[in-house]
Amino acid sequence: MEKLSEDHAMVAEAAAGFLAQNHPVAAFRALRDSGAPLGYDRAIVGQMAGMGWMGVVLPEDLGGVNFGHRAAGLIAGAMGRNLTAAPFLSTAVIGASVLKHAGGPVAESWGPKLAAGEAVVALAMEEGAKHRPDRIATEARREGDGFVLNGRKSFVVDGVGADRLIVVATLDDAPALFWVDPTAAGVTVVPQVLLDHRNAALVTFEGVGLDGAALIAGRENARAVLAAALAAGRAVTAAEQLGVARAAAEATFDYLRTRKQFGMLIGSFQALQHRAADLYCAIEQTDSLAAAALNALDQGADEGEALSRAAKARAALVGRQATEEGVQMHGGIGMTDEMDLGLFMKRDRALSEFLGDAGHHTDWLLRQRGL
Amino acid sequence: MSDLETFRAATRDWLEANCPAEMRAPMGEDDICWGGRRFTFTSPAQKHWLEVMAARGWTVPGWPEPYGGAGLSGPEQKVLAEEMRRINARPPLQSFGIWMLGPALLAFGTEEQKRHYLPQIARGEIRWCQGYSEPGAGSDLASLQTKGVDRGDHFEVSGQKIWTSYADKADWIFCLVRTEPEASKHTGISFLLFDMESEGVSTRPIRLISGASPFCETFFDNVKVPRDQIVGERGQGWTIAKYLLTHEREMIGGSDVALFAKSDLLGDAVAAIGLDDAGRLDDPVLRADLGRFIVDEMAFDAHMGMARDLLRRGDELGARSAELKYLGTELNKRRQSLRMAAGGADDLVWDGPANDAGQAARDWLRSKGNSIEGGTSEVMLGILAKAVLKLPG
Repeated sequence: MEKLSEDHAMVAEAAAGFLAQNHPVAAFRALRDSGAPLGYDRAIVGQMAGMGWMGVVLPEDLGGVNFGHRAAGLIAGAMGRNLTAAPFLSTAVIGASVLKHAGGPVAESWGPKLAAGEAVVALAMEEGAKHRPDRIATEARREGDGFVLNGRKSFVVDGVGADRLIVVATLDDAPALFWVDPTAAGVTVVPQVLLDHRNAALVTFEGVGLDGAALIAGRENARAVLAAALAAGRAVTAAEQLGVARAAAEATFDYLRTRKQFGMLIGSFQALQHRAADLYCAIEQTDSLAAAALNALDQGADEGEALSRAAKARAALVGRQATEEGVQMHGGIGMTDEMDLGLFMKRDRALSEFLGDAGHHTDWLLRQRGL
Repeated sequence: MSDLETFRAATRDWLEANCPAEMRAPMGEDDICWGGRRFTFTSPAQKHWLEVMAARGWTVPGWPEPYGGAGLSGPEQKVLAEEMRRINARPPLQSFGIWMLGPALLAFGTEEQKRHYLPQIARGEIRWCQGYSEPGAGSDLASLQTKGVDRGDHFEVSGQKIWTSYADKADWIFCLVRTEPEASKHTGISFLLFDMESEGVSTRPIRLISGASPFCETFFDNVKVPRDQIVGERGQGWTIAKYLLTHEREMIGGSDVALFAKSDLLGDAVAAIGLDDAGRLDDPVLRADLGRFIVDEMAFDAHMGMARDLLRRGDELGARSAELKYLGTELNKRRQSLRMAAGGADDLVWDGPANDAGQAARDWLRSKGNSIEGGTSEVMLGILAKAVLKLPG
């Protein structure tokens, strides 16, 4: 429903055109079948950088194009539609947001590399099955001018092949963010492939020695830097998930228009029409919510955090509705690997857990309102 | 300063100087100014507020000046709405004339009709009701049977309407009448305007489960309607009716109008149920339901915001108004059900000093009609399936 600005409309058009042409669902399927360990083709990072996308939220002095969160959401939406695999959320959104908000020498040297597609970074935050950014057991202690890091991270999305990890750890009983080279002594990266064929590493840190410059945000700003990066990550993830939901829904609406049973098109059955229309409404209003969240983040509005959480929660619900209804309305064929629906369903499930599920963010919204 | 900033500053100053303090408070159902010949103002301030706003064309700010509006652009209307919200200014006038008939007349009326009827609506002089549904024509509205026989200088209208909102309080009616009995269902209908004081018109309020009677049965017994009171051509009524329903659905779906009582659902729940030791609502299952509701409410508010922006830019929502109507009314039903669940036994009070004489229960019961009136949720989903998703008939 949103009336896009001219600039945003151009980004949306470029993303839709480029990805449908070069990285459509068929390309993702081929990538999966090839067993590529990264889950993406490293060449895509350079291509996306060439479009300005890897520096989409970075300011110009850090090598970015500063198109903002709404633009990042439009790119992510097109990626969701096409199931385009690339370290966009990890690097261009979350990693870049951390650097932007943390500032300092690491941001100055690495921001331009991220924007140029020369580096991939991953957020090493989660430690259990569910998103709990406030419960971090990974610990850093001071030693000389530097630190020693110990802990265990899971669900490190794009952690395989990452050039640097942003590690959330506790330092002096307060949260801190460290910039860590995964090839450093004491770091073990165990590759894993998720159901959506993206990589998510298990990473352990055993007495990892870090120099003083590795601390990119500490007691005074780590909470705020992480909060801003997570808000950006959530809102853009919601946009990608909506792209997935739209693609699944459109495939299903197409099927309703062409599949015949009982001598008629099944889309003429009212039971299916109403479910399809309800799904359409759910997608549309969630799309407006995600757009509102992204716009609020661009405007630095107070409600950006709450909107990003609501968008993340609502996108998970609508993604599930779209993919489940899609399989059900397709019938048996929807269960086959040959159809793309299963690929959408798997990506949707992974995005629902990434950066917190619907329940997690709904709980936050309730607490914010005194419940 | 840009033109818009100048406009904002001038608007702010004017509202500050002219909006009475009493009109800057939250509004209950009884505080709505509906206008009309028989309307009794609740206070001199309410009357004054209507008069000064109407004089400025700001009861219908987007309508052209000759028709009682101010001819404001979309962005200017947005500024006015924002500035009014800023000081909690009440809408000076609400009416079916503004929401429904006005847009239809602007699109389909003759120049004379626009100059005659629209300023009366803008000034709140004439209160309109809508003669659409009939006992045998609910969701299947186009099967309506009220007939209008051509008698040369007038149509003779006979039949019955039902669910006519506030027919007993309205001055005039816009009414769908079958004037071409030989034509097909959709092409035999005309759109007539007539005075509810005409000979042969009678109304009977219908008592609802909420105890209120906002709707009426309306009877027409050989009512004479002068020929120049037809809008559009003979047989064009269905086209006009659909256009008007689009505006009605935008309104029922939410729009700028506080049609749904927005009680403090969460605050009331905390007051009634209390918090547990961890500071959470002491009813985990209701808390989860409320959580799902607030997420959906945020989504709907965002969606309405986008829709309002589109409308202010002069875009039309078309069939997509059905999506707002469906989402908004279903959401309000959930809101009212949750409010009752939070209130528990206290909100069962119907008569008595507690709980505002059963307001929660009455709102809850009234909300059941939201997904029926103006086209049922099922009709909305059918429209979306066909017009937007292009599913086969």
